[in-house]
Amino acid sequence: MVRITALLCLIFIPQSLMAQEIKLPEGLGDLSAMSQTVDEAAGLPFDLSGFLENRIGTRLQKDANEKDTSIGEMRLQVGIEKEFDSLTFNLVSDFIYDPVQDRYAVDLETGQGVVDLREANVVFSPLDFMDVKLGRQILTWGTGDLLFINDLFPKDWNSFFIGRDDEYLKGPSDAIKTALFFGDYNLDIVYVPRFDADRFIDGTRLSFFDRAQGSLSGRENPVLANFPNKWFGDDELSLRFYGSIGAFETALYYYNGYWKSPAGQNFATGLAEFPKLQVFGASARGPVGKGIGSVEVGYYKSADGAASNPLVRNSEFRFLVGYEQEIGTELTGSVQYYLERRSDYDQYVASLPIGAIQDRRDRHMFTLRLTKLLMQQDLRLSLFNFYSPSDKDGYLRLKAAYKIRDNITAEIGGNVFYGQKIYSFFGQFKDNSNIFAALHYDF
Amino acid sequence: MKHMLKLFLLLPLFWAVPAHAIDVMDVVKKANHMSYYQAGDGRAKVNMRIIDAQGRTRVREFIILRRDDDDTDTRQRFYVYFNKPADVKKMVFMVIKNMDRGDDRWLYLPALDLVKRIAASDERTSFVGSNFYYEDVSGRGINEDTHTLVKEDDNYYIIKSIPKDPQAVEFASYKSWIHKSTFLPIKTEYYDAAGEKLRSYSALKVDMVDGYPTVTASSMEDHRTGSKTLMNYSAVKYDVGLPENIFTERYLRKAPRKYLR
Repeated sequence: MVRITALLCLIFIPQSLMAQEIKLPEGLGDLSAMSQTVDEAAGLPFDLSGFLENRIGTRLQKDANEKDTSIGEMRLQVGIEKEFDSLTFNLVSDFIYDPVQDRYAVDLETGQGVVDLREANVVFSPLDFMDVKLGRQILTWGTGDLLFINDLFPKDWNSFFIGRDDEYLKGPSDAIKTALFFGDYNLDIVYVPRFDADRFIDGTRLSFFDRAQGSLSGRENPVLANFPNKWFGDDELSLRFYGSIGAFETALYYYNGYWKSPAGQNFATGLAEFPKLQVFGASARGPVGKGIGSVEVGYYKSADGAASNPLVRNSEFRFLVGYEQEIGTELTGSVQYYLERRSDYDQYVASLPIGAIQDRRDRHMFTLRLTKLLMQQDLRLSLFNFYSPSDKDGYLRLKAAYKIRDNITAEIGGNVFYGQKIYSFFGQFKDNSNIFAALHYDF
Repeated sequence: MKHMLKLFLLLPLFWAVPAHAIDVMDVVKKANHMSYYQAGDGRAKVNMRIIDAQGRTRVREFIILRRDDDDTDTRQRFYVYFNKPADVKKMVFMVIKNMDRGDDRWLYLPALDLVKRIAASDERTSFVGSNFYYEDVSGRGINEDTHTLVKEDDNYYIIKSIPKDPQAVEFASYKSWIHKSTFLPIKTEYYDAAGEKLRSYSALKVDMVDGYPTVTASSMEDHRTGSKTLMNYSAVKYDVGLPENIFTERYLRKAPRKYLR
């Protein structure tokens, strides 16, 4: 009984009263230099963020099919976030003045024109174990570093190659994403009611090798494509089932839709086509030695009859293995090996018209990334190189970004394409090699 | 009866120990607990001002959520949500601090909706460009150094610590002033082999928060570069009741607003 009373006393003595008996250290330091945190955005009824930037770049050589200026734009990004009860609304839009592209009519699908709407969505959790994101959104999954196997969300290769910020490699999807959480295992379901293609290299900004013509092509003769565009008919479904096994994150993937960049041609109209595509894949990622190792595979099942149809890309097996580690003070290095293996190679060869360019069965690629931070992390130097020993070509990305102040960054960089053949994946872009500079203000 | 006898035989041994003496590991353990493991979880808004030798200032602001796996002062999870500077706004850095191997770390980049697993870095490199190292923020393993109680006064235990693996760190030794009644380290100085001061940490303000003595302002000065970082904690809260699943991919992609306000 005595014990219980004592216990009750302990419980009912306010914690603060007990705490006051502890003598705190006193007279410690000079607090005058401490900032009083002021929330500048406190007056707004929503959360506002964004940036303003100027970015200019030039080709390092003449390109008969394109302008000398590779990039020249002023970009304002405005991001607004607002919560209503359990709903969160996100809106992120870019406003662009781009005299290089010189097209001002807005096309929200391709991102052309003065407005590029990047996000317009609402997020909510209808059930404890379910999150839904509905609307325009950026989606990313998978383990690759600038290489994608099971991430079949739109990419913007133009932005990537001309030196826009890395975030522009991803294009937006108009989708409903349902994420289900069952504890150890989770499932993401992304439904895109109308096909969202890559913002692929179509010649308007970057010249490329036109296999039908057998020559380089550019802005005078851009790729004309026939987009699958029926709502709810030409749709896409992406699934990811994932969970952790110990320290390793593992996932299974499925995609049902279309090749994201043209992978076929209509014989009658000559228009580029996006043949049907299904992808079955898996990945794992976790600590290996002192770093992070990852592996990802995918089987790309192309449209029926692709094997013997020279106008439709064959099925493929894709494989990726990567490793990243800190290799010095503020220096991180990573390497990846990537393989694309064409299925039904013999049928592909047999179906090729005489004189057509014959690709190898395997495309091997290695990537190297080095990132070094200097000057208390204000200066960031980065290098990323793609090299394909089978195509004998590659692509080198270099960038130096210096933070002049917390909200002002100056950037210079380069995109250098090299290769022996004019028609290989990176070799075809040789005339697009460029350098760029940017001044970026965040708010 | 036999046991009683043993006990009596042992008693003089205890008496031989001076009454005020305290095991140094006990102090180190308590200091570690007070610095990094108070309550089962906690949250704080952190404002960092990084001031270089020329007086230029950089500001970092983030909310940090912390949850311990259990009460053994070992494995714990951190969720760091950035507000400032603007270019990292809404980015999330998540860490699972492991005892038996390197930490697991993730970075979430909202513009790409990318969950990136990042390699554990040298614990003795700058945290977000400040003069604090990763290890200063998340704690240094208490068994990584040999600790000796060098002095004791009315208010402080002064402990000297020498790394067991000197190659792994930039210092040759460090000295900590542990406040006696709270067991909070109030000052820590890191020295090189020549005994020169490399960096020094000072607690500038201690408040009682939810019954837990808490350092709410501190500084870290780098004597080699002349730069220093002031760290200010506000909106500190303990026993928040953070669910374990906050520290998963779900909440990297969808920030747990409720706990970040």
